[in-house]
This record gives sequence, C-alpha cells and structure tokens, in this order.
Amino acid sequence: MKIAVIVFPGSNCDHDAYFAFRKILNMDTDFVWHKETDLSPYDLIVLPGGFSYGDYLRCGAIARFSPVMKEVIAKADKGARIIGICNGFQILTESGLLPGALIRNMNQQFICRDVHLKVLNNQTPFTHLCEKNEILRVPIAHGEGNYYCSTEVMEELEENAQVVFRYCTTDGSENQEANPNGSIDNIAGIINKQGNVLGMMPHPERNAENMIGNGDGKKILTSLVVDFLRN
Amino acid sequence: MKVKVKIVLKEGILDPQGKAVLHAINDLKYQGVQEVRIGKYVELTFNGKNKSFVEKEAKEICHKLLSNPVMENYEFEIEENQ
Repeated sequence: MKIAVIVFPGSNCDHDAYFAFRKILNMDTDFVWHKETDLSPYDLIVLPGGFSYGDYLRCGAIARFSPVMKEVIAKADKGARIIGICNGFQILTESGLLPGALIRNMNQQFICRDVHLKVLNNQTPFTHLCEKNEILRVPIAHGEGNYYCSTEVMEELEENAQVVFRYCTTDGSENQEANPNGSIDNIAGIINKQGNVLGMMPHPERNAENMIGNGDGKKILTSLVVDFLRN
Repeated sequence: MKVKVKIVLKEGILDPQGKAVLHAINDLKYQGVQEVRIGKYVELTFNGKNKSFVEKEAKEICHKLLSNPVMENYEFEIEENQ
C-alpha cells in the first residue's frame, strides 16, 4: 500500500500526516507536490491541513485548481480512498468531491482545542475499526470550519448515512454546547455517496499516539490501512 | 475593459463578520442600521474590446472560481471606457 500526502503551497499539517502514516503506522508514504499530475502508484491520498495559498479568496478555492487535483478527482471517480483533513476538507468541498461548504466559525475566532466526535457511521473504510456511536477525542484548529449545506443536501446526507462524525459532549450529547463552530447539525465530517472520499475538520493525525493525547485519531488512520490490506 | 465583481453570502447564511460590525455600529449610537452583510469586491481588467466575449468569460470565472455557488451570489458590471 502506498500513501500520498499532497503538499500545496501553504500546507502545514503535511508533516503531521506523513509522520502518522510513515512513523506510527510504518506505511510507505510520500510527500507529493501539488504540481504532480501522476498519482497512479498511490492507493490512499491525503489532502492535509494548512492554509493552501494563504486561504486567499476562500479556503481551498485556489488549491482546488492545482494541477494535482485533476488526478485526485479522476482517482476519486475510480474509487480510490481520499481523506481531506481540515484545509483538505475545504479543498474537497470546493472541488465538488463533497457537497456543502465550510464558512467562517460562528464566533469569528480561530479555534484550536480538543473536541469530542461521535462516530455515526462505522461502515466506512475510514471508521470500521470504531464502534457505532463511539466517542473520539480529536483536536480541531480552524477559523472556517462551520459546515453549511442546503436543506436538500442535508436530507440526502442523512438518507445515505453520509454524516460520519458529529461534534458531541464527553457523554455523547450532540447539542449546541458541543458545537465549536456553528456547523449545521454539529457536522464534523462527511463522506461521499460512493463511500471513498471523506472530509473532516478535526485532525486525527494530531492525536495518533498516546504520547500526545490518547491516540484516538489512530483508529481512523488504521481503519484505512486495514481496509486496504483486507481487500 | 474592466469588470467589477461583487460577491456576497447568500441570504439566510449567517454572516458573523457582518454581525460583529452591526454591534460596533450600534455601539456608535447609530440605531437605524438593521443588518450588515459583508462581501468581496474584485476587479478584472481584460485586454480585449469585445463586450460579449468579456461578459461570457467573466461569468465563467465568477462561477468557477471567484464565488462558491453553494454559499455565495455574485453580480458584475462591465466598464467599457478603460
């Protein structure tokens, strides 16, 4: 299994993602510069967090037209696993691979802290090692993580179990108190209809070993690896 | 030829920036303002003189890149005397 961590100008969680896959999970992982146009050797593509192109215009709006994105979209259409974390999630919505958009946090602030997530759908390549409704503690670090979509899109997301993570309290209540940024229905992460492209605002790669937290994020990364090895 | 583009958040989408500015306006004792919406302004300078071509391209650029149709609306005007 080969993993690509795409590096855009302004990515800054690329090394965290690389470290998590290469050093913690011992997987064959490469940095891939955004000018590359061939992703054929890779089985999993990671769009990391950061501030691609300085978040100019809108978060992810310019990265979405980087040369590598044509290939990312082509791979997504063929069923390859793609995970977008934070800015990566924003790039996925901008490119149309995931529905909706991420707008300014309700309180206007950049929020950097741990949150709790409920795993609503554990029947995905990204979450099958989690229990259904399991609560994970994972950090967020964003200014534009307020998930928005139309009512029609929301209905579709619900219908197809595409809402994978919701912000919740430590005891699992999905209430406003647990919602850090104003996202509709506490949405923290969604998957596409085909089930191979996931976007999430929280950073699993930043809590992938016990030394720097409780290692909850590792479950998501390991799910991807185990899913590949099984198939 | 200059194309002047305005981009605003769609109605119904919360604009926290506008809300913060409204608070400041009220703090200044101006009570008449009911709502503030903040958008973006972009100027595109084209080198061609064919207005219908410029209009077509500007529309595409606005739709594909300058605005995100999920959350924003755009409008533009073309200034020909440039």
